Amino acid sequence: MDFRLTEDQGRLRDGLRQALTDRRLDWEELTGIGVFQLRVPEQDGGLGLGLPEAVLVFEEAGRAVLSGPLVGTEVAAAVLGLGGRAEVVRVPARGPVLVPELPGLDHVLLLRPDDSLAVLPAAACDASPAPAVDPDRPLWRLEGDLPPGERASAPQARRVAADATLLTAALQSGLAARAVAEAVAYARTREQFGQPIGAFQAVQHLCADMLARAELARVAVYAAAVSGDPGEIAGAKLLADEAAVRGARDCLQVHGGMGFTWEARVHRLLKRAWAWEQAGADRDRCLDALATHL
Amino acid sequence: MQLSDTPAEADFRRRLREWLGKTLPELPPAPEPADWPGRRAYDTAWQRRLFDAGYAGVHWPVDAGGRGATPSEHLIFLEETELAGAPYVGANFVGLLHAGPTVAAEGTPEQRARFLPPILRGDEVWCQGFSEPDAGSDLAALRTRAVRDGDAYVVTGGKIWTSHAEVADWCELLVRTDPQAPKHRGITWLAMRMDAPGVTVRPLRTLAGTTEFAELFLDEVRVPVGDRLGAENDGWRVTMVTLSFERGTAFASEAVACRREVRRLARAARAGGAWDDLELRRELASLEAEFTALWRLVQWNVSEAAARGVPGAGGSVFKLRFSEARQRLYDTAARVVGTEALLDGPWTAQRLQGLSYTIAAGTSQIQRNIVARRILGLPKGR
Ligand SMILES: Cc1cc2nc3c(=O)[nH]c(=O)nc-3n(C[C@H](O)[C@H](O)[C@H](O)COP(=O)(O)OP(=O)(O)OC[C@H]3O[C@@H](n4cnc5c(N)ncnc54)[C@H](O)[C@@H]3O)c2cc1C
Repeated sequence: MDFRLTEDQGRLRDGLRQALTDRRLDWEELTGIGVFQLRVPEQDGGLGLGLPEAVLVFEEAGRAVLSGPLVGTEVAAAVLGLGGRAEVVRVPARGPVLVPELPGLDHVLLLRPDDSLAVLPAAACDASPAPAVDPDRPLWRLEGDLPPGERASAPQARRVAADATLLTAALQSGLAARAVAEAVAYARTREQFGQPIGAFQAVQHLCADMLARAELARVAVYAAAVSGDPGEIAGAKLLADEAAVRGARDCLQVHGGMGFTWEARVHRLLKRAWAWEQAGADRDRCLDALATHL
Repeated sequence: MQLSDTPAEADFRRRLREWLGKTLPELPPAPEPADWPGRRAYDTAWQRRLFDAGYAGVHWPVDAGGRGATPSEHLIFLEETELAGAPYVGANFVGLLHAGPTVAAEGTPEQRARFLPPILRGDEVWCQGFSEPDAGSDLAALRTRAVRDGDAYVVTGGKIWTSHAEVADWCELLVRTDPQAPKHRGITWLAMRMDAPGVTVRPLRTLAGTTEFAELFLDEVRVPVGDRLGAENDGWRVTMVTLSFERGTAFASEAVACRREVRRLARAARAGGAWDDLELRRELASLEAEFTALWRLVQWNVSEAAARGVPGAGGSVFKLRFSEARQRLYDTAARVVGTEALLDGPWTAQRLQGLSYTIAAGTSQIQRNIVARRILGLPKGR
C-alpha cells in the first residue's frame, strides 16, 4: 500500500491547480486539455487514465467552482462513448426535474426511479427556464411527459450513476477545501478588538472543524476512486456534501456581514454546494445505499 | 494511490493470518475487567507470544529489537490482529507505543539495551506519568520537582490519571529540573521504577466504576541519573517525540474495531426491530461511512508519514474525528437497544468508556487548537 499520489498524479493535480489559479479556463480550453477525454482509451483519442486521475481533476474543478456540465460530459464519454455536452439528471424524489444549462447540452442522461438510464437528445426535451438560486448554473424545468429516449444497459446505468456520484463528490471536496482556504485567508487579515479574528478560538475551532471535514472527505473520495466500491462511493459523496455545505456556511459565518453581500461571492460557494449536494446521489440515497450493505 | 498489498505485503498478511488462526484458539479465557493482576498477566503473555513469533514491535527498528516492518506492514498487523479478535495491546500500551519508541529514538545504547528487550518480551509494563492535578492540557505547567543529589535525582510531587499504574514496573516521568527557566525549558524525562521507595499509588475510580487509572504520590523518590533520557531540561522535546507516536497509529486498530461494531449494531438493530426506524438506519449508515473513511485516513497518514519519517499533524484530524465518531456510535447503540441502555451491559460499558476519548491523549479542544495553529497557520491570540 502506498496511498500517496504518484508523481504523475501529483503533476496532473498541481498543473491544473496552477492553471485554474492563473485564470478561469473556458469550456474550449478545458476540452483542449482533455478534461472530458480523461478516461477515454488512448486508441480512441483519449488520455487513457482512470478514476483516481479523474477525481483529482474534478477536485480542482470544484476548488475553482467551475460551471458547466462537467460531470455529465466526462461520464458520457467515458462510460457511453458519447461525444458532446451531457448532464446526468436523476428524477428527484420530490420537486420538478431540473436540468442545468439545457440549451447548451447535446444529451440528457436521465436516471429514472427504477435506476434505469435513458439517453435523451437535449433538443427533444420540452422545458422552460426556471429561476435558479445559483447564478452560474441556470436551470430548465422539464415539462410534460418525459421522452422515452434510448435505454442504456443496466451495467451502463449503474456505472453512470456511480461515476457521476463520485465525480460530484470530488467537486464537493475541492469546494470544501476552497471554503477552508477562503475562511482562513479572511480570518488572518480581518481585525477586530485589535487582533486578527483568526486569533479568536471560536473562529479557530470553526476553521479546524472545516478542515477536518474537508480532509476526511478528500481521502474518502480518493479511496473510493481506487476501490470503486459502491458503498465507499456513497460514503464519499455523503462526507463530501457535508464538508462542502457546512464548510461554505462556516466560511460565510467567518466573513460576517461581508459574507451576506452579493459582491463578496462567498454565497456562490454555498449555492454551488447546495446544487452539487442534489447532483449524483443525494444524502438520503447515499445513506440508503450504505444501509443495504450493513 | 495504491491501496492493495504489494506481493511482500500480501505474503506478510497471509503468514500473520495463519499464525493468528493457529494461536488465538490456544489463548486462555480473558480475565474480568476488574482483575488487574489477571489482566497484566494476560496482556504480557500475549506480548510474549508475539515476541516468540517475531511480531513484537512490528514497526520498531531492527536495531531496537523490532521487526523493522514497513509502515504498511504495521497497518496490516493492526488490521489483521483486530479482525481476528486478537487481544488488544492493553497493559503494554505505554511501553510499546510511547515509552519504547521514545527510548529507541532518544536513548543511549545502554538505555536501549536495558529497556527495550523487556518491553518487547512482555516482561516489563510501563505507565505514563505526565499529567498532574494542575497540569493537564497545559502539560508544560507541571511542577513535580527533581533535584540532583550526586548520581540521582530526588523526585517529589504527584501525578494523576496514570493508566495501568497499579500493574506497572516503570513510569515514563516528566519532572521539573529548572524552576527558573521558561516552562518548556525546565523539564526532564526520567524512567522511574514503580517499586522505588517513596512511590505511592492510589487507584482512582472512573465513571464506569472501574479503576482504569491512579494517582501517584512521589515523596523523595531517588531516580538514578543514568535513567534520564536525553539531556537535563530537554524533556519537552523528548516528550513531543512520544506524543507524535501517540497521535500516529495508536488508535488505528480501534478504527477497524468500530467498523465491526457498526455491523454488529446493525445486526442487533435487525434482530430487535430498530432497523425499521428509517432515521436510525440512516444514522448507522452514516457511521459506516465515517469509520470507513477514518480507516482510509489512517492509511493516508501512514503513507505520508512513511515518506517523511515521523507522524504528521494529520493525526490530530484523525483523533478529533475518531473520538467524536466513537461517541456517536455508542449513543446510537443506546437508541438501538432502547431501555437496555440504562442497564449495565456491554454496549453501556463501551458508551461510558468512550466518554474518555475526547479527553485523554489531548482533548478535542486541544486537537482543534493544533489543527488551527499548526496546519492552518492561524495566529495566536492575546
Ligand atoms: C481515561 C484517561 C486515561 C488517561 N491516562 C493518562 C496517563 O496514562 N498518563 C497521563 O499522564 N495522563 C493521562 N490522562 C490525562 C489526560 O491526558 C488529561 O486528562 C488531558 O490532557 C486533559 O487534562 P485535564 O484533565 O487536566 O483537563 P483540563 O486541561 O483542565 O481541561 C478541562 C477542559 O478545558 C479545556 N481546555 C483546556 N485548555 C484549553 C485551551 N487551551 N483551549 C481550549 N480549551 C481548553 C479542555 O479541552 C477541557 O474541556 C488520562 C485521561 C483519561 C481520561
